[in-house]
Amino acid sequence: MTDPRRIQVPVLTRVEGEGALDLRIRDGEIEKLQLRIFEPPRLFEKLLEGRPWSDVIDIVARICGICPVAYQMTAAQALEEIFGVTVEPAIAELRRAMYFAEWIESHALHIHLLAAPDFLGFDSVTAMAEQYPDEVRRGLHLQGLGNRLLALLGGRSVHPVSVCVGGFTRLPERRELNALLEEYREALPLAEALLAWTATLKLPDMTQDFPAVALRHPQVYPIEAGRIVSSEGLDIDAAAFPEHFREAQVAYSNALHCHLHDRPYLVGPLARLNLNRDRLPPPVAAVLERTGITFPSANPFHGIVARAVEILLAFHEVIRLLENWRAPERSRVPFTVRGGVGHGCTEAPRGILWHRYALDEAGMVRAATITPPTSQNQARIEEDLRQALPRFGLERPDAELRAFAEQVIRNYDPCISCATHFLRLQVERAP
Amino acid sequence: MSAKPRIAVHKFASCDGCQLAFLNAGEDLLTLAELVEIVHFPEAGPLDPAAKVDLAFVEGSVSTPEEAERIRAIRRHSRVLATLGACATAGGLQALRNFANAGEWLAGVYATPETVAALDTATPIREHVKVDFELWGCPVNGEQVLQAVRDVLFGVSPAIPDEKVCLDCKRRGNPCVLVTRGEPCMGPVTRTGCGALCPAMNRGCYACFGPAENPNTAAFANRLEGLGLLPDEVARRYHFITSQAPAFRAAGKKEAKDETP
Ligand code: SF4
Ligand code: SF4
Repeated sequence: MTDPRRIQVPVLTRVEGEGALDLRIRDGEIEKLQLRIFEPPRLFEKLLEGRPWSDVIDIVARICGICPVAYQMTAAQALEEIFGVTVEPAIAELRRAMYFAEWIESHALHIHLLAAPDFLGFDSVTAMAEQYPDEVRRGLHLQGLGNRLLALLGGRSVHPVSVCVGGFTRLPERRELNALLEEYREALPLAEALLAWTATLKLPDMTQDFPAVALRHPQVYPIEAGRIVSSEGLDIDAAAFPEHFREAQVAYSNALHCHLHDRPYLVGPLARLNLNRDRLPPPVAAVLERTGITFPSANPFHGIVARAVEILLAFHEVIRLLENWRAPERSRVPFTVRGGVGHGCTEAPRGILWHRYALDEAGMVRAATITPPTSQNQARIEEDLRQALPRFGLERPDAELRAFAEQVIRNYDPCISCATHFLRLQVERAP
Repeated sequence: MSAKPRIAVHKFASCDGCQLAFLNAGEDLLTLAELVEIVHFPEAGPLDPAAKVDLAFVEGSVSTPEEAERIRAIRRHSRVLATLGACATAGGLQALRNFANAGEWLAGVYATPETVAALDTATPIREHVKVDFELWGCPVNGEQVLQAVRDVLFGVSPAIPDEKVCLDCKRRGNPCVLVTRGEPCMGPVTRTGCGALCPAMNRGCYACFGPAENPNTAAFANRLEGLGLLPDEVARRYHFITSQAPAFRAAGKKEAKDETP
């Protein structure tokens, strides 16, 4: 028996939050592989307890600066279930458009600032910009358009302030929408070019077997509503989530691992597209078809292409939703506060996000449970690495192995800030 | 070797939202990368936490023993050190644990011996090292951040506005949330920097930029109680995102105390 070779990636770069990878290889095999998340716990589920329902939307946004709208929409859904509120169709449309704006911002950020430098051999977007100025500028422009719609509808793009139970605090004016929609229409060819470009990236070729989990809606591509389905036939509503999905603790990480029927599974753009390809609007499906890449795909690296598909889809959907949008009479419907339990499940940029709240009669939070996408993908990321690294070649030099492992992890766009907020932790008192 | 000024962006307990002031800056990010050398900014790629820099931005509050060590090392390597947003400047939401009966908050949760150690408080950077200037907001205002970088590059110390949200509200011609809607709004005690964003969106301010200069927190607490808020409701307004700013910490504690006989 030879001495083991230890490879560490002490700090993962170009991911949101703080994580690391420990890998131990002995006799040509992986002996230990641990994705450690050491993002400090911020205990959101605990700090929600005892706060009034009216603080929830502002609080949960702060779990993640990259996808605050996902948290706000999911919480609004759960609270509206408790209060028996049904929002008006025009409000649902506006929320859907706002949520797509966040996908544009988050996906464009991931593709250009975090992932593409890997495939093209750079260590940052600013380095990549010297050789690929047009591609980088196109990406930043699309990202900016997502941010501007968020700011129009929510006041600002990070932690917007307008989403409330029953609707919005303020509705946009027609002329504000028109000005931005014009730019969205002009951006369609750019989003198409982006999709074509991601398909030309030299993506590692690899197939893996994994269950995919996503929402599914009877008519449209899922984002703010739908049932939870899997590639293996699961079909449940949000309330049934705990019966099928289990969070398990692992000692080396500050995030829990979530399993579906005791197996790792995939959530996020690739899982969504694999399960909802038939919900793409025809113009998006046509552009995708021209790339020659087919979905469902078993290659995890096709995640970046799926993200580009969803950016193009988001532009089409925003235009469709807002082109003829008419403000409803009231920006929010009235309701009476009451106690109860409510669930929310929506498609955050990185995959399904599940919330459950229990309120007392006065509307104070008794208990909150939040299961973000990254904790769901964590077990899948480890499983991917266990398969991908031997195929890449464990005998390769450390630096190569490390770079490839980072690329595999980054491909999931892990949002480590999100993943830790429900940590069970051990406390050490300050001296 | 480049002679460009060197910049670092460090992360502590946070949501990553303030770093987006750079990552969402679009063209300005590319311009910045030409003007300065970004030597440490893990989310964007560069990793060199021990590098000597001219200007270090710190996002997040100190909530683990490792972070308490790390911030001291960063201070030693940084000529100018600035906080980036409410977490670093005033604790952020995670600092609400500072008011909790620590045992009570943590007793009900499962603990595994191997998990990372956490302090039972989350504290602003200022309580650990000397800070040269502080940017407020949850998140920071991106314009303010880029202006601060320019100021430091020109050798002037950034002027951070500390007047009240109310003044910006008047300038924008927003109807007053307190007066016309009779809803609580923290504008009269909160520092501007957002341009009175919430009142412009028809809702009350929740003080994400922290206290303004000379906030009359006691008189304002009475005003809120006049609207029908109970003392503990007033306390929760001070103890929210910027609870570790001394003026708000004290004001909230006073209200919470008034309530217990
Ligand atoms: S201040 Fe707010 S936006 Fe900034 S890191 Fe903290 S929680 Fe996020
Ligand atoms: S109005 Fe208040 S809560 Fe709203 S953004 Fe400004 S400081 Fe923050």
